[in-house]
Amino acid sequence: MRVTVIDYKAGNLASVLKALRHLGAEPVVTDGDLSLVDSAERIVLPGVGHFAATERLDSTGLTTAIRAAIARRVPFLGICVGMQWLYAGSSEAPDQPGLAHFSEGCTHFAESKEKVPHVGWNSLEVRKDSRLLAGVEPGEFVYFTHSYKAPVTVYTAAVTHYIESFASAVERANVMGVQFHPEKSGAAGLKILSNFLFWEGK
Amino acid sequence: MLTKRIIACLDVHDGRVVKGVQFVDLIDAGDPATQAARHAREGADEIVLLDITATHEGRQTLLDTVRRTARELFVPFCVGGGIRTADDAAQVFEAGADKVSVNSAALADPTLIAAIGRSFGAQAVVVAIDARRDPEAADPVRDAQVFVQGGRKPAGRRVVEWAREAEDRGAGEILLTSMNSDGMRTGFDCELTAAVSEAVGIPVIASGGAGTVDHFTDVFGRGKADAALAASIFHFGVSSARSLKEELAKAGVSVRLPC
Repeated sequence: MRVTVIDYKAGNLASVLKALRHLGAEPVVTDGDLSLVDSAERIVLPGVGHFAATERLDSTGLTTAIRAAIARRVPFLGICVGMQWLYAGSSEAPDQPGLAHFSEGCTHFAESKEKVPHVGWNSLEVRKDSRLLAGVEPGEFVYFTHSYKAPVTVYTAAVTHYIESFASAVERANVMGVQFHPEKSGAAGLKILSNFLFWEGK
Repeated sequence: MLTKRIIACLDVHDGRVVKGVQFVDLIDAGDPATQAARHAREGADEIVLLDITATHEGRQTLLDTVRRTARELFVPFCVGGGIRTADDAAQVFEAGADKVSVNSAALADPTLIAAIGRSFGAQAVVVAIDARRDPEAADPVRDAQVFVQGGRKPAGRRVVEWAREAEDRGAGEILLTSMNSDGMRTGFDCELTAAVSEAVGIPVIASGGAGTVDHFTDVFGRGKADAALAASIFHFGVSSARSLKEELAKAGVSVRLPC
């Protein structure tokens, strides 16, 4: 199955592509060819690094194309900064708007004695009825690396605790996001990617 | 709860995993891809591959090794050794690494840290520090010195200060190896690890000196380490990362289990 992977020059795509191929998908990468978004069967927006990098999505026209694809109910998965982009924005780059599919904003972890970034394996508290996280055991560990996070809301599919509770996964109809890196989270991560790939859009 | 990471480390020479003492008397210990896959399967939270090949021809062999090793690896994968420029790092990332570790090249040109981070993110840059206590100094821990060239040559920097500078320049993690403890199996240098961990806000990976499970408990406790490197985990009386983590869990350390 074909998956359009968005390249906005924020970090390394190799791991995501490798995991998708491992699961039998055929990823095609676009950094500005909008026809690959217009014809997309599924879209993955990876991304590590700074929220400001998402400006490239606006300047290349990808934001508009992705918004239209989401409206056509194309399954969409945002990973890490790709999930944060689904929100109104992030205090990491206050002048750069997100897609605002979710109306809240992302914020930096509160000051505490704990280290920031949050790096390593932490557990998921999975909400009932999540399609993305179907079959994932309660308390399953996945790999995180981030300093900003999304708030827990009605669309939160999994909650993780570090300094405070934050949304480690979000899900609303065909739009899904994960703060952690499923491509780096062993068998649990592959299970989650596979749920996305084989979700039939019902 | 965020867990303490157990990182399996493979020393690689000319495309093969090697074991030795201070990089001499090397014994062939297998194929890197096979070994990495086994460690991941047996519960390692992350894999570090350190290339100790110093030759130019060795670079191509390394990239092939990274490519083969990354292919079926779905846990974080860090590659170090011989990365001197942002271009070197880019090649290693393209071959499938998630992080690179830089050591002497970052000391020679600290802007390298930001240069790699700009394209690949700060989380992808691990600054490795080889540290040696200074027995002559008033405070051997605060005054511990950075060494280069496999611990032979002092870099003229204090460890804690360099760790702090590395963070300021955009490092994502610190990999701290105690040259005093390395290969001794008398335990990690917990005082030095704690001094570095308290000085920076980024994760610190402790390395050097592990001989027993208790040494790991110790470095996660009073050493304040976020992760620990197990260079040859099977020398510690445990058969796998999983059994090491099961012992650590019994001792009250938060680890990823089941794994």
